[in-house]
Amino acid sequence: MYRIPLKNSGQETRLFRSRVAVAAILAGLLVLTLIGRLSYLEVIRHGYYATLARNNRISPIPIPPARGLILDRNGIVLAEDIPVFTLQVIPDRVHNMARLLATLKTIIALNKQDLRNFDRRLAQHRPFQEVTLRAHLSEAEAAHVAVNLTQLPGVSLHARLRRYYPLGGVAVDTIGYVSRINQAEEQGPDGARYFGYHHVGQFGIERSYQKQLMGRIGFKDVEMNAAGRAVKILKRIAPHAGKNLYLNIDAQMQAIGEQMLDNRPGSIVAIDPRTGAVLTFVSSPIYDPNPFVDGIREKAYRKLATDPAAPLNDRALNGLYPPGSTIKPFFAYAALQTRWFNPDATYNCPGYWHLPHNGHLFHCWKPMGMGAVDLETAIEESCDVYFYHLAFKQGIDRMVRYLTYFGFGHRTGIDLPGESRGLVPTRAWRRATHRPWYPGQTVITGIGQGPLLVTPIQLADAVAAIANHGVRMRPEVVRGIENPVTGAVRYIPPFGYPPVPRRRKKSLGILIHDMSQVVTGPHGTARGIDWDHVLPYSVAGKTGTAQLWNAIPGYNGKHIHSDALFIAFAPVHHPRIALAVIVEHAGFGALAAAPIARALMNFYLLGHVHVRAENQTNGKILAVGGHP
Amino acid sequence: MTLYERWHIDKPMFRALLALAAISLVVLYSAGGNSLVFALDDAVRLAIGFIVMLAAAQVPPETYRKWSVPLFIGGVLALAAVLAIGVVRFGARRWIAFGPLSIQPSEFMKLAVPMMLAWFFSQRSLPPKLLHVVAAALIMLIPVLLIAKEPDLGTAVIVLLSGVIVLFLAGMSWRTITVVALFGAAAAPVLWAHMHHYQRQRIYILFHPEADPLGAGYHAIQGMIAVGSGGLFGQGWLHSSQANLHFLPDSTTDFAFAVFCQEFGLIGDLALLALYLFIIYRGLRIAFAAQDNYSRLLAGSLSVLFFFDVFINMGMVSGILPVVGVPLPMLSYGGTSLLIIMAGLGILMSIHGHRRLVS
Repeated sequence: MYRIPLKNSGQETRLFRSRVAVAAILAGLLVLTLIGRLSYLEVIRHGYYATLARNNRISPIPIPPARGLILDRNGIVLAEDIPVFTLQVIPDRVHNMARLLATLKTIIALNKQDLRNFDRRLAQHRPFQEVTLRAHLSEAEAAHVAVNLTQLPGVSLHARLRRYYPLGGVAVDTIGYVSRINQAEEQGPDGARYFGYHHVGQFGIERSYQKQLMGRIGFKDVEMNAAGRAVKILKRIAPHAGKNLYLNIDAQMQAIGEQMLDNRPGSIVAIDPRTGAVLTFVSSPIYDPNPFVDGIREKAYRKLATDPAAPLNDRALNGLYPPGSTIKPFFAYAALQTRWFNPDATYNCPGYWHLPHNGHLFHCWKPMGMGAVDLETAIEESCDVYFYHLAFKQGIDRMVRYLTYFGFGHRTGIDLPGESRGLVPTRAWRRATHRPWYPGQTVITGIGQGPLLVTPIQLADAVAAIANHGVRMRPEVVRGIENPVTGAVRYIPPFGYPPVPRRRKKSLGILIHDMSQVVTGPHGTARGIDWDHVLPYSVAGKTGTAQLWNAIPGYNGKHIHSDALFIAFAPVHHPRIALAVIVEHAGFGALAAAPIARALMNFYLLGHVHVRAENQTNGKILAVGGHP
Repeated sequence: MTLYERWHIDKPMFRALLALAAISLVVLYSAGGNSLVFALDDAVRLAIGFIVMLAAAQVPPETYRKWSVPLFIGGVLALAAVLAIGVVRFGARRWIAFGPLSIQPSEFMKLAVPMMLAWFFSQRSLPPKLLHVVAAALIMLIPVLLIAKEPDLGTAVIVLLSGVIVLFLAGMSWRTITVVALFGAAAAPVLWAHMHHYQRQRIYILFHPEADPLGAGYHAIQGMIAVGSGGLFGQGWLHSSQANLHFLPDSTTDFAFAVFCQEFGLIGDLALLALYLFIIYRGLRIAFAAQDNYSRLLAGSLSVLFFFDVFINMGMVSGILPVVGVPLPMLSYGGTSLLIIMAGLGILMSIHGHRRLVS
């Protein structure tokens, strides 16, 4: 063995000790670094890392509230949230998947598509995650599964609320529907408000009252582990259910209107002229909104979208129609305000009319003419020549001014989204079209043809203004908003627009009398609706038959019937209902549109559609006693 | 003669180790998901560790010196065997299987290399000549390269470090140290230039874990979150959300210190660090008191290596060092590494207990 000399040993010991000292100093420096780092993390940056740890741990899970109910004026539910059940499976907790599926098959319906989708989802999820086996279980199926749940380890039932429209297509264009929030809405200006929600109102009341219906989202703070599995609920903020809406719409009346239109394209709007309450708001044909809620299949959607009857269009709100003769009372009203116009003076109708110094002939609907016509006859029998002449004398500017007073060319302000303005050939519009305005256009505008276009809601609101002493009310679909917790209802107060100017005191009375002659007069164009004089109430109205020249852009089918129109209000002296009915391509307004109006007025004023025999006597007495 | 003296045990160090073992049980009970079974398992492993330590303490240093070369050669042969017939786990060939047991010879080299080099220098007068330094470096590079080839870079670095410590303590001249350091510094950019893109990316991620929070940076970030959220006083025992909710991977092994930090805060950290430093202090004291070059080199290098084990693990958890798989001595749920550490401490105690009272 190598022997270490004693002399060297001391040197070596000193060298070793000095090296150990150096190592200790280095170690000390490293320890100081470590302590500095730990202090930095645990003291200076503690808040930051504590937040990160908290965010790691706690995830806020939104709890969507129940959406508010939509009810008609009598409390019939038009839209509600119903629970739908989803069956989910956690593969980790299932011992034998094949046997489980076999057992489930005996309890609920499971078709091949369900099983295929399930297999696909199984591959996409991790074994501890819940995988949907079937969505939209019926309540009976859900109950069956719930009863057997203890024998089905790994299976769970999840209920969520889904919007449901129990009456199907009834009032679909008024109520609208909800559907899944799409990306654009999520990232739009309201995106933050929709956080946690899955559905949002797309059309109609569902859209315009989205804020009231949606309620307030609730949250639960859930402690999650690294695998994303909830461990426990730490905090829960309950959601606030959405407010319930009571509509002015009468669902029965609405359904009657829809059934009478029988999916023919057309529209009915009925308004209480005193308040503007919208009683009926029909756009026909109707369609079932329920498939839209969770996303309609493309094929079904394409069928709806390409239907030539265009059921997806809200005709009552957006349909642009030439008003035809139904516009005549408004021009008559305009003329009645002048000094020069004498309603009793007669004008000769030979069946045609032409502008002075112009040979172009404008025809009356009665080819042989009506002879001497005063205003009463002109409205009762809807003389075109009289109104050609009147339009020529009044001039387009005056006509346009009064149309505007009655709300044409402007939105009525109804609480539905996306209302159309219609088209009134104002001076500004005429300038903007860069085409000269010919006097002939003024003349045909006088009988509701030409560029003039109105929407059914405008027409109904305008006739309601005549019924309501010249005060036009803003149409309101929603009557009141109910707080579902307290039951308190906030009613929407009626809102009246400035009255239509009236320079001649008696003018409105004259006009209303002349309009009632349309129904009761011996030659009245709408006398058919009360031909047997059984109606126990009096009606004032005006028929219209609008020739189509641009109602359907791009349409070039071979034969288009004119649109049938009818506007009316009743009872004449204390009107409670005013309405506008339009049936597309149905020919004469008196034949196609007026009976629908009669049915709705009967239902609203009498409570039944058909006038019964005992009402005949009553009717006569009333007719004699009540209305001279 | 007290009981401690009879069993060649350094009493203060032994007590500190018992304290660490107790802390380990407490932390691992929490990190293991409040599992008594897991804590008992750890207790059994710690008990085996203590038995190994006691056994190692009974062997006189002279025997270790004699066995240094055969052990080293045996270890190198085992490493070669690993590369030839080893078992692949987690994409690396590090284990040799003996029936149900599998051992990791690379861990053993943490002891064998210091012993070999201590023997090598104890045969020669100190400070060593340059030729001896080069020879020693070559000797230690054999196992280092074999381990690096497994691949197990973390252990390779530690084994290299264990050899370098002996070289340093043996008195390798400052000039040589400077030259080697400069050479290393010069080589780094060349090495960097010759690396593949993905390798550079990996190194970049090691220093910037937030660049890949769910991938390569996940361990480091979750570790720092656990440490930082501990605060001054900690969240309290059993309240490490990072471990309980499984955000922290390896919470019972390499990242047990992160769990400790979240539960006991900076105060707990300082106490724990003090405990470790005390053990190292005792180790260095033993090295100071050792009576021959072999003993003092071995005792010194084992103590300093123990320090580096602690520092690298804590540095990795707190984010000043890249994440390499180095467990925290005593505290982490141990396998081979715990036994090696305990054996090392046992050798330290043997050197302490077998010193001659008269020089």
